[in-house]
Amino acid sequence: MDYFFIVVLQLAVTIANLALVSIGLAIVFGMMRVINFAHGEFLMLGGYAAIISNRAGINLWIAIFLIAPIVVGAVGILLERLVIRHLYGRMIDTMLATWGISLALIGLVTVVFGNTVSGISPPLGSLTVGRYAIGNYELLLVAVAAALFAAGWLVLRHTSLGLIARGTMQDREMSAALGIDPSRVYAATFAVGAAVSGLTGALIAPIVGVVPTIGAMYIAKAFITVISGGVAILAGTLGSSVLLGGVNTLISFVFTPVLGEVALLAAAVVLLRLLPQGITGRFFRKAL
Amino acid sequence: MMRSALGYAIVTLSAIYALFYVPQHADLTTMINGSVYASYGVLALSLALIWGFAGILSFGQAAFFGIGGYAYAIAALNFDNTTLAAAVAIAAAAFSAALLGYFMFWGRISDVYLGVITLTVSLILSRFFNQTAGDQWTIGNAPLGGFNGIPSTPIITLPGDPSNPLPPEQIYVLAIATLVICYLLCRLLLATRFGAIVVAIRENETRAELLGYDSRYYKLGVFTVAGAMAGAAGVLFANCVFVSPNMFNLQTNGQLIIWIIIGGVGTLVGPVVGCFLTLMLSNYLGTVNHSGILAWLDPNLVMGVLLTMFVLIMRKGLLPLVISGFDRMASAIGRRPAKSMTANTAVDLSQ
Repeated sequence: MDYFFIVVLQLAVTIANLALVSIGLAIVFGMMRVINFAHGEFLMLGGYAAIISNRAGINLWIAIFLIAPIVVGAVGILLERLVIRHLYGRMIDTMLATWGISLALIGLVTVVFGNTVSGISPPLGSLTVGRYAIGNYELLLVAVAAALFAAGWLVLRHTSLGLIARGTMQDREMSAALGIDPSRVYAATFAVGAAVSGLTGALIAPIVGVVPTIGAMYIAKAFITVISGGVAILAGTLGSSVLLGGVNTLISFVFTPVLGEVALLAAAVVLLRLLPQGITGRFFRKAL
Repeated sequence: MMRSALGYAIVTLSAIYALFYVPQHADLTTMINGSVYASYGVLALSLALIWGFAGILSFGQAAFFGIGGYAYAIAALNFDNTTLAAAVAIAAAAFSAALLGYFMFWGRISDVYLGVITLTVSLILSRFFNQTAGDQWTIGNAPLGGFNGIPSTPIITLPGDPSNPLPPEQIYVLAIATLVICYLLCRLLLATRFGAIVVAIRENETRAELLGYDSRYYKLGVFTVAGAMAGAAGVLFANCVFVSPNMFNLQTNGQLIIWIIIGGVGTLVGPVVGCFLTLMLSNYLGTVNHSGILAWLDPNLVMGVLLTMFVLIMRKGLLPLVISGFDRMASAIGRRPAKSMTANTAVDLSQ
């Protein structure tokens, strides 16, 4: 019984982790059809922002929920103005240019902070279930992920900002004709995507620590989750997180965690053979 | 016409220089470096073929590079026959490319999705081989060795002479010869009817299909050839360095993309030149003293900025730029006397 309980909790944690590392990428991809290869580095920057400001004496929660999104959001705005803006509509070129940005950010952070692992221990202690234990902080991540998705749904569904965003997503020309400047929507989207990536990067930093090359750890998972999800930002990311996170947890418990990761990626490749447009390309088409 | 003749002359001369002059005169380090460069050059060529001429943007071409390397190492440790091992390795890489290609082309996956899937496959392999440390991960006599790879890979021998592994000088000659042969193979392939159809599919897939060509078979064919070529590059790499999970990782794949972008998509020589130039640059960056202002010369930082700059400003890459520069120069020289043979130009010409 205890074992079953802990497996369920672990499953929720894995799914939430996957959803958190992917959501920033999903926002940018869903809205702009831009694959941001520097996404992993945005997560990494978020982690550094939180850890460095915490070391400077700022409360950990403020560092995670306020400073990290602001810093990475600012980086996002800068990069959008300098690079991405010139490449709209050229999907492959954006991907290549952001790959360059990704490498440059790794290099930059290595120069500034050195190629060493920095970390803080996760707060909040742990929850004991019989002979097993799971960190309370990890459970908090599940709640934050749920809150983030709920907030995203509310904004997209019930605000005029969300309406503009959905309109531009559906038909860029038409919304431009109605007086909405798509380039401003794109700039704002990229900034929001970057800020959310910064937040989620900061959230997972206490669990795994940060090192300049940590982005590579997430990038494949995040890509594959977003692409398997398809066009709908929230439903797609959630759906593929549940599916791929489930496969990952199952294989991790039966074999080893590394094989779990391998199985996750392999499952996604098979999934895309069956559903080339992703999950929301066939199911839940009306979802957000 | 004159332009391509000049191009072929330059390629032939560099091949002759690398094959005959360098082994006589250069030192061992240069030749060992040269072998590594040439093996990467073959890898660059394989991506240049499918990206530039078939429009298949594989972000994970290094997967077949690694598969070739590992297959060679495993087969060579088990068979005591390195020629057979090399053949097995190339076949293994080609087979994996065909398998992955079947998944992608029959699923009608294209563009960025294809890039992400290939990259994912490469990273899966990297993860997988990274955790193969320990005794349970051995195939026959070959320990997979996890993060450390297989340093004990037997060096290739000449067919029929299994007791004499080739010295580094001859590995160098083998590597350069492979590079030249692969280049010629690409040229030949593109000159055939098959190659023409592949290029037609790149130009307009729908039109090619309407003309009755099943694009899936042609894409699969060229993807498999490129996979085999990447496998051959892996065999060379196994012989001049050693196989390790790094052959598949994000860094290798990223470098590969940079070589092609810098050299020029849609050319064959460009990516090889881009590969050599980039490797020389990163070698140099590895040797400079990283203190003070020079600390900013971090290889990742420099490569990343280079890649972004090339995409933004010089999307065509170096080789097309050089060629168009040459064209402009040629037409300027050609035009001048034709304009009018005044005394001034006559004086110019005589100088």
